[in-house]
Amino acid sequence: MKHFETTFMEYDWQEVGKNLINRTATDVQHALTKRKRSMKDFLSLISPAATPFLEQMAQLSKSLTQQRFGKTIQLYAPLYLSNECQNICTYCGFSMNNNIKRKTLSSTEILIEAMALKAMGIKHVLLVSGEANKTVGFDYIRNAIILLLPYFTHISIEVQPLSYKEYLDLHQIGVHSVLVYQETYHRNIYRQYHPKGKKSNFDYRLDTPDRIGKAGFHKIGLGVLLGLEDWRIDSFFNALHISYLQKTYWQTNYSISFPRLRPAEGVIEPKFVMEDRDLLQLICAYRIWNPDLELSVSTRENEKFRNHVITLGATTMSAASKTNPGGYAVDQESLEQFETNDERSIATFKEIIKGKGYDPVMKDWEATYSSPIKPQ
Amino acid sequence: MSKLRIADRTFDSRLFLGTGKFGDLKLMTNAIRMSQAEMVTMALKRVDLQCSEDEFLLALQVPGVNLLPNTSGARSAKEAILAAQLAREALETNWIKLEIHPDPRYLLPDPIETLYATEALAKIGFVVMPYIHADPVLCKRLEEVGTAVVMPLGAPIGSNMGLRTLDFLKIIIEQSQVPVVVDAGIGAPSDAAKAMEIGADAVLVNTAIAIAQHPVLMAEAFQQAVVSGRKGYESGLGVGHLEAESSSPLTNFLFE
Repeated sequence: MKHFETTFMEYDWQEVGKNLINRTATDVQHALTKRKRSMKDFLSLISPAATPFLEQMAQLSKSLTQQRFGKTIQLYAPLYLSNECQNICTYCGFSMNNNIKRKTLSSTEILIEAMALKAMGIKHVLLVSGEANKTVGFDYIRNAIILLLPYFTHISIEVQPLSYKEYLDLHQIGVHSVLVYQETYHRNIYRQYHPKGKKSNFDYRLDTPDRIGKAGFHKIGLGVLLGLEDWRIDSFFNALHISYLQKTYWQTNYSISFPRLRPAEGVIEPKFVMEDRDLLQLICAYRIWNPDLELSVSTRENEKFRNHVITLGATTMSAASKTNPGGYAVDQESLEQFETNDERSIATFKEIIKGKGYDPVMKDWEATYSSPIKPQ
Repeated sequence: MSKLRIADRTFDSRLFLGTGKFGDLKLMTNAIRMSQAEMVTMALKRVDLQCSEDEFLLALQVPGVNLLPNTSGARSAKEAILAAQLAREALETNWIKLEIHPDPRYLLPDPIETLYATEALAKIGFVVMPYIHADPVLCKRLEEVGTAVVMPLGAPIGSNMGLRTLDFLKIIIEQSQVPVVVDAGIGAPSDAAKAMEIGADAVLVNTAIAIAQHPVLMAEAFQQAVVSGRKGYESGLGVGHLEAESSSPLTNFLFE
């Protein structure tokens, strides 16, 4: 049975860091002119040597995205089920040691939130929760999905890592995609940020996309928490992970999210600051390296950045997001995971997208296609 | 120019349009009008069948245009068959463009699943239009199970690379007893004209029009190219010969 760990072990964090620094303008130009780009080219494109080429990268990213995805942006919204969590993640508002009022939505409350989202025109919903296995365990999540299936055509989940059997079951009942972020690929730093709880197991998390892939989901979403460590090195490992998964689970689509550390109540400041220009470089690098990747930009980012990134490589965006359980209708005052930076309504954001000559797509899935493929 | 006949319908236009990737639905409607296409495909997954006011579906309501739902998103015959039945029920059409591509990167069609699905759908009364590789043997197998047309690719979907499969398309056209619609990869009006000149019955174009700087103008360019190519073919340009035509240096002596 294949696992990413074998590939992962072939690379050394420090060595990747050195390679990044040693990239030259010639390497970047070489990467820009090729038709198919390797991992080495990706490294060149995210390196400091590529920063003077940002305009050229943005233009290439724009045309590659139009070619592959057209002038479209898919819209979705997150639905936070719970902020209960048994992990300590020193950067997260839901961290167990954070003394906040906890909230887990009841079945009725989930439906009330769903109605509010439906009224906004949302057809793709992303279910999010903390990791609290007693109250927000597998059965709770499964029940939430079954409740929501009649109301949304596309259900994605971003919850705690599950077992292969659990994933298989969720795929069979109709979940389209699963998002799981490694947060950082630096083993020791990971341990420092995740001192307690099930999440402290680096290897189990690293193996999670393999379990998701084996279960045959239509899409797997990956990402690193930008700001925990050097975003360049972490993104290289993230791309390596994608590259491995694409070859292994070849019937699956892949997406990348770009969670930049945002201020939240009772949490640390980012150790590494990622500027807007860095984020744009990373988005363009992913697109140029791998034109088929879906690139997702959330409301963590500010209005100006989001307005521009519509045409520069993004394919999927959330809008009008609430990051607290019950935030749309049930309990608007409960604690949020992070502060959003773009609070514009779905209608307003759709107009912004249209103003760029792009089509805001609310639906791009049909439940008929959710029958499971033969698991690997 | 002769009319195109597929199943029980005839078409004046030999240009079919795909409707993905357009940045603006109004622009899409105008491009459809300008192309004079009488058949446009639409991904079933893009349409909200529960909503009578679906914006995308409304934008496709152009007089004289037949909607051809496609099964894009299906990874197996089973999924595609279910989708075709859903489309028949909701859109009241038994025409289906069969797209089964398990690989989400190059969207290349699965020939085995496509053959299964074509046979099953033809048996229950569908007019099946399968998207396939430019594989002459597969085309004959599809004919045997009752396909309405064959839709071989010129190059991978959305690649705009033109007729990379030209030699195989020629064999398919030579052998086919059902209309041949060249689908995917057509990147420029000249590609469409070329496909028509070699005797294709129609072409399907999407990306090249949808992401052009001026989609409506590009739609017109394709309309003209398809007409020109077809007229060239019908006026006796003929299919390219596989063997050389010598100027008879070897047998001239007989007549000297």
